[in-house]
Amino acid sequence: MMDAISFTLDDFHVLKPAIVLCLFGCGILLTDAFLVRRIGQRWLNAVTALVGEAVVAAILLQYLPDVRSGAALTGLAGSVVVDGFGVFFNVVFMLAAALAIILSARYMESEGEQRGEYYALILFAQAGMSIMATGHDLVVLFVALETMALSFYVMVGFLRDSKRSNEAAMKYLILGAFSSGLLAYGFSVLYGISGSTSLAAIGEAIAARPALDWIMILALITTSVGLFFKIAAAPFHMWAPDVYEGAPTPTTAYVSVASKAASFALMIRLFVTAYGSVAEAWVPLLAIIAIATMTIGNLAAVTQSNLKRLLAYSSVAHGGYILLGLVAFSATGLRGIAIYLLAYVFMNFGAFALIAALRRDGEAAEELDDLNGLFGRAPGYTILMAIFMLSLTGIPPLAGFYGKYYIFLALLGEGYYILAVFAALYVAVSAYYYFRVIRACWLGEAAERPASLDMNLGTRTALVASGVLTVLIGVLPQRFIDLAGESVLAALR
Amino acid sequence: MSEHILSIIWLTPLVGMIAVMCLPKESKDLIRYVANGFAVLGLLVTIPMIRAFDSSNGDFQMVERHDWIPALGAQYYLGVDGFGYLMILLTVVVGWLSILCSWSSIQERVKEYYAFFLFLQAGMLGVFMVLDVFLFYVFWEIMLVPMYFIIGIWGGGRRLYAAIKFFLYTLAGSVLMLLGILKLYFDHFAQFGHYSFALEDLLRVAAYTGPDMQFWLFWAFFVAFAVKVPMFPFHTWLPDAHTEAPTAGSVILAGILLKMGLYGLVRFAMPLFPKGATAELTVQLVALLSIVGIIYGALVSLMQSDWKRLVAYSSVSHLGFCTLGLIALNPNGISGGMLQGFNHGLSTPLLFLAVGIVYDQRHTREIADYGGLANRMPVYTVLFAISLFASMGMPGLNGFIGEFTILRGAYEVSIWWAGFAVLGIVLGAAYLLWLFQRVMLGPITNPKNEGVKDMNLREIIVMAPLVAGCFWIGLYPKPFFEILEAPTNKLVERLDPGYFSRNAAEPADEAVRLSRLLPAETPASE
Repeated sequence: MMDAISFTLDDFHVLKPAIVLCLFGCGILLTDAFLVRRIGQRWLNAVTALVGEAVVAAILLQYLPDVRSGAALTGLAGSVVVDGFGVFFNVVFMLAAALAIILSARYMESEGEQRGEYYALILFAQAGMSIMATGHDLVVLFVALETMALSFYVMVGFLRDSKRSNEAAMKYLILGAFSSGLLAYGFSVLYGISGSTSLAAIGEAIAARPALDWIMILALITTSVGLFFKIAAAPFHMWAPDVYEGAPTPTTAYVSVASKAASFALMIRLFVTAYGSVAEAWVPLLAIIAIATMTIGNLAAVTQSNLKRLLAYSSVAHGGYILLGLVAFSATGLRGIAIYLLAYVFMNFGAFALIAALRRDGEAAEELDDLNGLFGRAPGYTILMAIFMLSLTGIPPLAGFYGKYYIFLALLGEGYYILAVFAALYVAVSAYYYFRVIRACWLGEAAERPASLDMNLGTRTALVASGVLTVLIGVLPQRFIDLAGESVLAALR
Repeated sequence: MSEHILSIIWLTPLVGMIAVMCLPKESKDLIRYVANGFAVLGLLVTIPMIRAFDSSNGDFQMVERHDWIPALGAQYYLGVDGFGYLMILLTVVVGWLSILCSWSSIQERVKEYYAFFLFLQAGMLGVFMVLDVFLFYVFWEIMLVPMYFIIGIWGGGRRLYAAIKFFLYTLAGSVLMLLGILKLYFDHFAQFGHYSFALEDLLRVAAYTGPDMQFWLFWAFFVAFAVKVPMFPFHTWLPDAHTEAPTAGSVILAGILLKMGLYGLVRFAMPLFPKGATAELTVQLVALLSIVGIIYGALVSLMQSDWKRLVAYSSVSHLGFCTLGLIALNPNGISGGMLQGFNHGLSTPLLFLAVGIVYDQRHTREIADYGGLANRMPVYTVLFAISLFASMGMPGLNGFIGEFTILRGAYEVSIWWAGFAVLGIVLGAAYLLWLFQRVMLGPITNPKNEGVKDMNLREIIVMAPLVAGCFWIGLYPKPFFEILEAPTNKLVERLDPGYFSRNAAEPADEAVRLSRLLPAETPASE
C-alpha cells in the first residue's frame, strides 16, 4: 500500500511505543541469557521490563499535547494513526502490563518459573496491542493481533509442570487460531469488496454500495465472530474459564484486561470506521450477542467455586456491558467503553493481585473457600478486596460505577429501553456472586490450615495503588472522565 | 460554621467511623465509649439545625452547594425542608439509641460493628439531606453495604440468607431507579441544553414530558422506594432481615431505613413525575397495594409464633397506612403519612428493643416460650404496654394522630379506602393485644422465666426518649404538623395545581386545629 519504500521520522514517531517495547523485550532476552542468569537474581528482568514501561509512559506523555488538541499523527502512509483513541488505549495497555509485571515478579518466583522470556512476552504482547489500537489497515491490524495472541498463547502455558496451564494454552491456541482464521477470511472479503486494505477506503466502498448484500453480510459475520472469540462474547466464550483458570494468575489478569481492551479497540475501529454506514445491520446482532453474553456470564458465575473461574465469567459478563456501549453507537457509548475499561484495569487487577498472593503451604490457593475468614488475618487487604468487588458490581461511588453509568445513559439516549432494563437487572444478579467473595472473606469460618497472603513490596504497592485509584476515580472522577472520555471520541472523527 | 450545618451532621458519624477504625480491636470498652461519644455528638450537632430551621418556610433551608463532577453536572448539594428535617431528627435519635443499646448485646467483632454502624448512620443522614439526584443515588446505594454486614455478621440463624436477600432486593429496585434518573437527566439535557442532576432543574422537566413517559418513570422510582418501604408484594425481604438482624439492626431498619422509601416518594418520585403520580392507574394500584399490605401484614402478624417476626410483619401493615396516606394526594393524607412514618420510627424501635431485652436473657424469640413476664418485670411491662398502645393507635399516643389524619385524607378520596384501613386498625389491636396477653399476662408457665430480670438503667434510658416522643406527638402534635405543613402544601400544589384555591377551607389547617383539641379528650386512656 505504501507509495514509496521509505521510512521517515514520522513513521518512526507513530511506531515509537511498539519499537521501544520490542527493543526492551529483546534486551531482556539477551541480558537474561548472558548476565542476569549468572547473577542468579532473575527478578531483575522484571525491573528491566518496568523501565521499558516507564519509557512507554514518557512517549505517551509526549503524544499527549498533540492528541489533546485533536490532531492525529499519521505514519506509514496512513496505516498507523496515533490519535486520542490510540493513546488512551495505549495507556490502558501500559497500566495493565506494568501491573502484570509487578505481580509476576513474586508469583513466578513462587511457582519456580522465574524466567526472562516471560517478561519479554509481556512486552511483545503489548507491542502488538499498541498497534491494534492505532492501526488503520487490515494487514497491519491482523499482524498486530497475531503478535499479541501468539505471545499470550505462550504466557498462558508458562507453568510447564502444571497440567492445567498446558491444557489452557492448548485450548487457547486452537480456538484462538480458529478465530484468527475467521477474521482473516473476513478481512479478505473486505479487500474483495473494496480493493483496499485501508479502513477508511473500505468504509467509503461499503457506503457507496447500493445495499446490504450477501457478500457484505458474509464479511460482517466472519469478522464479528472472529472478534467475538477474542472478547469472549457468548456463545464464543467457552475458552475463557479454562484459560483463565489454568494460566498463571498475573497472566490471567493481563489477558482479561489488556487482551479484551485491545480486541475492543480493534472492534470499535472496524465497526465505526469501516462498517459505520451499515450500522442498522450490526447493531441488532451486537445487541443480541451482548444480552447473551451478560446472561451466560452472570448466570454461570453464580455457581463457580474457583475464584479464577468466577472472575472469568464475571469478565465475560463485563464484556457484554462494554459491547452495549458499541450497540448505542454514540459519543456517550464510546465514553462509557473507555471509562469502563480504565476502571476495569484497576478493579480487576486488584482482585487478581489478591488471588495471586493467596497461598497455602506454598501452593497457589484459588478456591472461594480459601478466602474464608481472611478478614481476621489481613483486614486491610480484605477491605481492599471488598472495594474491588463492590466496584465490579457497580456500586457508587467507586470507579466501576461510572462505566455502567455511561453505558446506561447511552442506551437510554438512543432509546434502547429494554436493553437498559436487562443490563440494569443483571447488576443485581452480579451482586450475588461478588458478594459470595465478600461473604467468604468476612463471614466464612477459617479452615484448619488457612491460606495466607504471600506478598512482596511490589504486590503490596500494586494492590494498594489499585484500591486507591478505584476509590479515587469513584469519588473524584472529573479528571478521568475528561482524559479518557474525551480522547476516545477521536475514533468518531 | 453556620453554612456547613448539614455537612457537619452527616460527616460526624463518618469521622466517628474513622476514629473507631483507628482503635485497637482488643480494647472493646474504649471502642464502645468512642462510638457512643460520636453518637451523642451526632445528636448535639443537630442543635444548630434545630435553631436555624424555620417551619413556615416551604423552601429548602441551610443549603450548601458546590460543584462535584462538572462533566456530569453532579453537585454536592444539600438542603432540608420539613420532610427532611423530621427524618434527620429521627435518624440522629434512633441511631444514637441503637448504638447505645448494642453495648452489652454485641460482644463479637465489636470494632467492625461500630464502624459499620457509624458508616450506616452517615449514609442515612446523607439520604435525607441531598438535593442532587446523583448524590442521592450514591448515598442510597452505599448505605446497603454496612447494612449487609450488620445483618450478615451479627444476625440470627439464617443471617446470610437474610442479608443477601435484603441486598439483592434493594439493589434490583435501585438500578431501575438509576435508569429512571438517567432518562430524566437525559430529557433535561434535551430540553435545556445543559447537564444537571439538581432537583430543582429536574423538576422543570415534568412540564415537557408526556403522561405515558411520566407514568413509567414514576414506576421506575416507585419500585425502588416500594422495596424499601416495603410495600406488598415487595416486602418479602423484610421479615427475614428484621428477624435475623441484631436488635440494633432491627431498630435501625424499622426506625429509619423503611422511612427512606416514604421520603423518596415525597421528595423525588411524586414531585418529579406529577402526571405519573396522579395517573388513575397509579393511584388505584398503589392504594390497592397499600390496603392489601395493611390487611395482609396484620393477618400474617396474627399468625406468627415468633415474637420478632410478628413485629416485623406489623411494619408491613403500618407502612401500608403511610403509603395509603401519601397516595391520597391531599394535605391530610400526605402530612399524615409522613407523620405516621415518623411515629412508626418511634414505636416500632420500642417494640424491637422490648424483644431484644428479653431475648438477651432467654435467647429465644418463640412467643410460646414466654408467659407471665409481668410478674417479674414491672417496669418492662409498663414500657412494653406503652409501646403496644403507641403502635396500635391508642388516643393520647402518637399512632392515633397519624392514623387519624391518614384516615381523614383517605376518606376524602374514597370511603372504601378508609373502611379497609379501619379494618386494619382493628386487626392491629388484635395481634398486639394478643401478643401482650400471651407474653406478659397469666402465671409463669415456663420455669426458665422465673429468673428474668427487669430492665436496667441503660435499657430504660434507651427507651425513655422514644416513649417521651410518643406522648409528645400524642398529646401535642401541633409543632410536627407545622413542620410538615409547608412542604406538604407545596407538594399538593405541584401534584394538583389549584387544589387550595378550590378548597378554601385548607384541610391541613384543620388537622392542626383538630390536634389542639385532642389532649382534652384523651388523658383517661392510660
